[in-house]
Amino acid sequence: MNVRTQRRIFKPLVFLISLLPFCWLAYAIFSDTTMSTQYLTTDPVQKLDRELGDWTLIFIILSLAVRPAADLLKRNEFINYRRMIGLFALFYVVLHVTSYQVFHLKLDVVAFLKDIAERPFITVGMIAFIALIPLGITSTKGMIRRLGKKWRKLHMLVYPIAILGVVHFYMMIRADFSRPYIYGAIILLLLGYRVWKNRQRRAPKRPAAQPA
Amino acid sequence: MLIRIRKASDPLASEIASKDAILNRRAFMQAAAAVSGVALLPMFANDARAGMKIENVMKTKWGAEEKPTTLKGISSYNNFYEFGTGKEDPAANAHTLKPEPWTVEIAGAAKNTGKFAYEDVIKGNQLEERIYRMRCVEAWSMVIPWVGVPLASIIKKAEPSSNAKYVRFETLVDPKTMPGQRSRALDWPYVEGLRMDEAMHPLTILAVGIHGEVLPNQCGAPIRLVVPWKYGFKSIKSIVKIEFVEKEPVNTWQDQAASEYGFYSNVNPNRDHPRWSQKKERRLTGEGGLAALFAPSIDTMMFNGYAEEVAGLYSGMDLQKNF
Repeated sequence: MNVRTQRRIFKPLVFLISLLPFCWLAYAIFSDTTMSTQYLTTDPVQKLDRELGDWTLIFIILSLAVRPAADLLKRNEFINYRRMIGLFALFYVVLHVTSYQVFHLKLDVVAFLKDIAERPFITVGMIAFIALIPLGITSTKGMIRRLGKKWRKLHMLVYPIAILGVVHFYMMIRADFSRPYIYGAIILLLLGYRVWKNRQRRAPKRPAAQPA
Repeated sequence: MLIRIRKASDPLASEIASKDAILNRRAFMQAAAAVSGVALLPMFANDARAGMKIENVMKTKWGAEEKPTTLKGISSYNNFYEFGTGKEDPAANAHTLKPEPWTVEIAGAAKNTGKFAYEDVIKGNQLEERIYRMRCVEAWSMVIPWVGVPLASIIKKAEPSSNAKYVRFETLVDPKTMPGQRSRALDWPYVEGLRMDEAMHPLTILAVGIHGEVLPNQCGAPIRLVVPWKYGFKSIKSIVKIEFVEKEPVNTWQDQAASEYGFYSNVNPNRDHPRWSQKKERRLTGEGGLAALFAPSIDTMMFNGYAEEVAGLYSGMDLQKNF
């Protein structure tokens, strides 16, 4: 299978799989409304916040895992799907923040600003959200070309953003921190791999670059 | 007092199914026990217990104007970490709890201490329906029609001494039937406490039922506390010990995070939780979906709307400090 056909098949596939959590949540709301099911519990305002936040973190982690997976499995074509996965993380976090404003705060802008100012877990979450936006904007081919080497540096921001996201999650809950611990551990592992790899890549050059 | 428990669909003698036969036998045994005055432990399997009706419940004026949350809503969305930290975990996991037989120890500074079957603890009291608002510290609320008895009459029967300044409550510790206790999500047992005047207040009850049925396991079967003017976590579930003590007990959530949860934990819209506002609440009706997503939030009331009855308990106290 050549690269072209591969892309033609797998891109829509990755897109549809990434859309599944959204489809599931939309169906759950529909079903809970029309058929009195309880997929999103009797408190869907909170459940929806949590679900969307969770999927944001999962997609950020998946986007970070693409490079190591491509290296380990020697399938460099995986990189073709990284942008889409990253953009899905942005998609879910936009829904997360929107659901918080619309359903939780009933579009009370003052309450929202107060939340950002007074509640550290929301401050941290908002910083992570805002920092993710320029990464989404600069993900087009044109922007990648225009930014050149700066693009790579800018997109390394996704690591601190991922960590802030997990800190936001950790600060929000009251007991049983297993999930944020697991997410945090995975992110640190992926970051460790990245650092190790960068060092390896630089290592052979070093002797030549050293002055006599 | 007699808790006569019968299935809603009580059949004719000619069409008795096996499960109903057990229940009917129980009603008969209890009736016999009531006549003879002998305490009698229930004699049926725990899995037959769920959903059974409680009879002879007296209606009261409390909450007559409120629209109760559905039984499904109340019993599917619970904070009961003994069965897991997720809201849906208790409904999924609490079937392992064995609420019958159930022993409650009455201990500490009182004359009539000892271990009692929970039915004996409430014996001699008229079961009352109390429709109370329940405000969770997490800013959601429900309206719950409890079936229970005033805690005050149970305390009076125990005859506490003058050293009894507080009442301390404990939940069961049994990792075999409470799977959440296999991890240290909290420091077990779950502990709560009330000042003696709070415990004696006529609004405070020990509940054994919801919506006219025995308490579902996930709601704190077989016997739990209900203190409607305090955040929900004060209303400790599945109680095995009631102790009269001299010093203010350290309740579980205060122990967990003293800056966020105090001993009193009265519902107070003027004192925010450090991580969220307490000014408003989401009233959960049991209806999910779009209706719940777009339902307007309502203003939280001081003492959860019971200020007229309980504000006097705290006169002269700084409620910002004594939160």
